[in-house]
Amino acid sequence: MSEFLLEVQDLVTSFPGSGSERARVVDGVSFNIRPGEVMALVGESGCGKSVSALSLLRLVPKPGAIESGSVLLDGKDILSLSVPDMRKVRGHEMSMIFQEPMTSLNPVVRVGDQVVEAIRLHEDVSVKAARSRTLELFKQVRIPDPEVRLDAYPHHLSGGLKQRIMIAMALATRPKLIIADEPTTALDVTIQAQILSLLRQLQQELDTAVLLITHDLGVVNELADRISVMYAGRIVEQGDRREVLANPGHPYTRGLLRSMPGLGRPGEPLAEISGMVPAPADWPRGCRFCTRCSEVLDICESEVPARRRLSLTHHVACHAVEATE
Amino acid sequence: MLAYVLRKLAYGGLTVLGVLLLIFVIFFAMARPDDVARRALGEKAQGAQIEKWKAKHGYDKPLWPTLAKPGGSLLQAHYVSLLSFEFGNSDLNDSPIGTTIRDGMGASLALTIPMFLSGLVLGLVLALFVAFFRETYIDTMGVFLCVLGMSVSILIYIIGSQFVFAKMLRWFPISGFDTDVIADGNWNLLLRFLALPVTVGVLSSFGGDTRFYRTVFVEEVNRDYVRTARAKGAGEMRVMLRHVLRNAMIPILTRVVVAIPFLFTGSLLLEAFFGIPGLGSITVDAIAGNDFSVLRVMVYIFALLFILAQIATDISYTLVDPRVRLE
Amino acid sequence: MESWMVSNLVVAVLLVGGAWIAVAVSRHDIWRAAVQQVWKRRPGAVLVVCVYVLLALLDSVAWRGNVDTGSDVVAQHEAVTLLERLFGDAQEKSYSAPLADIEFYDHSPLKHPGSHLFGTDILGGDVFLMTLKGARVALLIGGLTSLIAIPLALLFGIPAGYFGKRIDDVVFFIMSTLASIPTLLLLISITVALGRSTLVVCFALAVTSWVGFCRIARGETMKLREMDYVHAARLMGASETTIILRHILPNLMHLVVITFVLMFSGLVLSEAVLAWLGIGVNGSWGLMIAKAKDELSRDPAVWWNVGGAGVGLFGLLLAVNFLGDAVRDALDPRTRKES
Repeated sequence: MSEFLLEVQDLVTSFPGSGSERARVVDGVSFNIRPGEVMALVGESGCGKSVSALSLLRLVPKPGAIESGSVLLDGKDILSLSVPDMRKVRGHEMSMIFQEPMTSLNPVVRVGDQVVEAIRLHEDVSVKAARSRTLELFKQVRIPDPEVRLDAYPHHLSGGLKQRIMIAMALATRPKLIIADEPTTALDVTIQAQILSLLRQLQQELDTAVLLITHDLGVVNELADRISVMYAGRIVEQGDRREVLANPGHPYTRGLLRSMPGLGRPGEPLAEISGMVPAPADWPRGCRFCTRCSEVLDICESEVPARRRLSLTHHVACHAVEATE
Repeated sequence: MLAYVLRKLAYGGLTVLGVLLLIFVIFFAMARPDDVARRALGEKAQGAQIEKWKAKHGYDKPLWPTLAKPGGSLLQAHYVSLLSFEFGNSDLNDSPIGTTIRDGMGASLALTIPMFLSGLVLGLVLALFVAFFRETYIDTMGVFLCVLGMSVSILIYIIGSQFVFAKMLRWFPISGFDTDVIADGNWNLLLRFLALPVTVGVLSSFGGDTRFYRTVFVEEVNRDYVRTARAKGAGEMRVMLRHVLRNAMIPILTRVVVAIPFLFTGSLLLEAFFGIPGLGSITVDAIAGNDFSVLRVMVYIFALLFILAQIATDISYTLVDPRVRLE
Repeated sequence: MESWMVSNLVVAVLLVGGAWIAVAVSRHDIWRAAVQQVWKRRPGAVLVVCVYVLLALLDSVAWRGNVDTGSDVVAQHEAVTLLERLFGDAQEKSYSAPLADIEFYDHSPLKHPGSHLFGTDILGGDVFLMTLKGARVALLIGGLTSLIAIPLALLFGIPAGYFGKRIDDVVFFIMSTLASIPTLLLLISITVALGRSTLVVCFALAVTSWVGFCRIARGETMKLREMDYVHAARLMGASETTIILRHILPNLMHLVVITFVLMFSGLVLSEAVLAWLGIGVNGSWGLMIAKAKDELSRDPAVWWNVGGAGVGLFGLLLAVNFLGDAVRDALDPRTRKES
């Protein structure tokens, strides 16, 4: 048994492009997560973060499809599981919290029943037992008046409460890994802080591994143990949180950091990365960041940069970086 | 809840009054009593004859009430007679209209209820099936067949099926019905009479309905909560039946109620072609004989049924969709 | 002025109008893109509809004379359409089967053996020609009805959506009243009460079909009313009329086109039902089908009459239905975003 709970190796997920070629929205992504660890997948929107997450659950919307790679959860090859076996993994060993709590709950089913469903899909328990478990979960995620909320419909609840319900649902069967896809993006700033601290507390209490997907380095700083920075379908930098934040190797990571108020160096003006992530069809041949990079070299446009180690736990894919080992 | 129902009922009542006004405008103001009499008696009818006919059938009053004489107008008589369900006698053959309608009700329902239910179930099942295989060739084929079915006139369905199944193959009687079979409970005979019209009725509305249900299902399948359900580990079947179907019921409910008058449209032709002595046949006879007195009542009754169905949908919304507010 | 002259005039107006619309469309990117998308997706349906329109136009241009009518004095004074001239004189005495050489029932030789693709009807008329002529009637029904219904719907729907309050209450009440009466019954009632003519049938169809469109126009206007550019126009002092004409109406045009195409097949189908009830339009496919009920019960059965009309009707409706989907996908912003 390896030390990792989740091992993702060269994952490729593609969508039909404009021509006959398929656009590889996720192009050779690899990362590992240890049990109880929080890994943050960071990047702007359109980088392929969400598609990577959906690929792990094999929920990529049609006509997208996983082309190649391997995903091992506890040594089990997720991509080769049968459909019924995969269903047993979803929501049981690996569950997901989505970005939009407003639309992610079924509007015509009581929220309590939706959590009960999540429990009873995987465990052979009575409705009554599942309901009392749901009540416990509601208390655990600090929902006020949990008894009343059991029978509420989603439209009765605020966005923050809905996201708490989503978290309760994700925790329902004590999964080993929770994928949280921008869990706070759609919420008000004050609510964001509450949800973040809730996530951190629960993660420590339950010792669950979390794959946290976000564009917000502030959130990363709060929660993550390790960071993978993703740009245009590829991981450009990976390492321990402290190392990456203190000593970013990739110009893209540096750009992200500089554009974060409070995280950059004090006194420096807030910078921005010029332009935006190009559409998959326009991704350059070499380093994909070369169109926006301030430190671009000739080689960047033609050759894909290899992974260079900066330390045992920190590596970067950039031509401008000298490997230290 | 009670206040909600009462408000819906009140608006329904108001609509009934509007419908009555519309009927009056069509049958009294557009076609004036003199014209009606002339159509009944022939173009050469004399003034005295016309007056006599009008007096006999109760048309011998001023059309609109005036300030000087507010009572005793045709408008008032029209409202009173229809609202009190005292329909009077037919202009054509003096038979009591109320009795005629009561007699026709059973045969109509014997046709429309099985047609409505089997059409609904079949349409929903097939739409779910097609939506399940969305974006495959099964889906494309299904939609194509639906459009094909929508493009054929109901007349062609009726004439064609009568010709093939009744005349050439002789599987069913071409037409005919016996009101006694319902009373006798002779289900075998009833089935033989109804099989063809019910099939044709289902077939004619099938394409449009199925395509609509499919659109609704496919729209729902792409929503976020469906992804949540899948992420929980729910199977495709469970996703479709528990999550998608329940949400799709809301637009489907509207469609089904809107289809109720169309149901009658279909059965009007079906009854006439297959010789089923129901309300449709009565209406067709009234059209052929220019019998406005019967036609008026028919319009009124079906509008009434429609308004009631509408209120029923509004109330059932509150059961299906928790987001409908009762204020 | 006689009816054939009016018809010629209408054709001229239609051709000029069509050319004007074509120019207008080619100048607007959105519309041009929509037309291209429809053509790319359903070229077959577009072509079929074009053929029907061409047939209808050919059957609408008529003039007198230059036709050998033999000894028939009355016929000499009747205008003959271009379509009829293309087919020449194809009159027989009575029924004959498709491509037959002899009459169907008394087996006497035909004047034009083997030339009747769809056979001839009871009066010896060529069914193929009648089928082609049905295109004009069908398009007339659809076109004339839309011409009445759409302006009516806009006239009620836009003020209801724009001004709301009392006006909206009244319009909404009218709509729900009209919608409460089953379409066919309302249709029958109006046609029976007003007497039977093409115009009356179209008027009745318009009365029953405008409600649906009015509802859409009202809803869309309510949405547009809250748009920033409408607020901006009002702040700049534009009058309500200007706002409606310049900012609301143009943004409803795509709905007008979608509704027109989607409404069309329903109108033609309704006319067929009316025809069977004896209140249809002369020369329509519905009337040909309606007559066929008796012909099919003859022995041996006469099937080509209903066959010809059925094929004509089916072909047009199939093409229009497919076209409707493509037009909606091309013009509806909701579906446009997804594609």
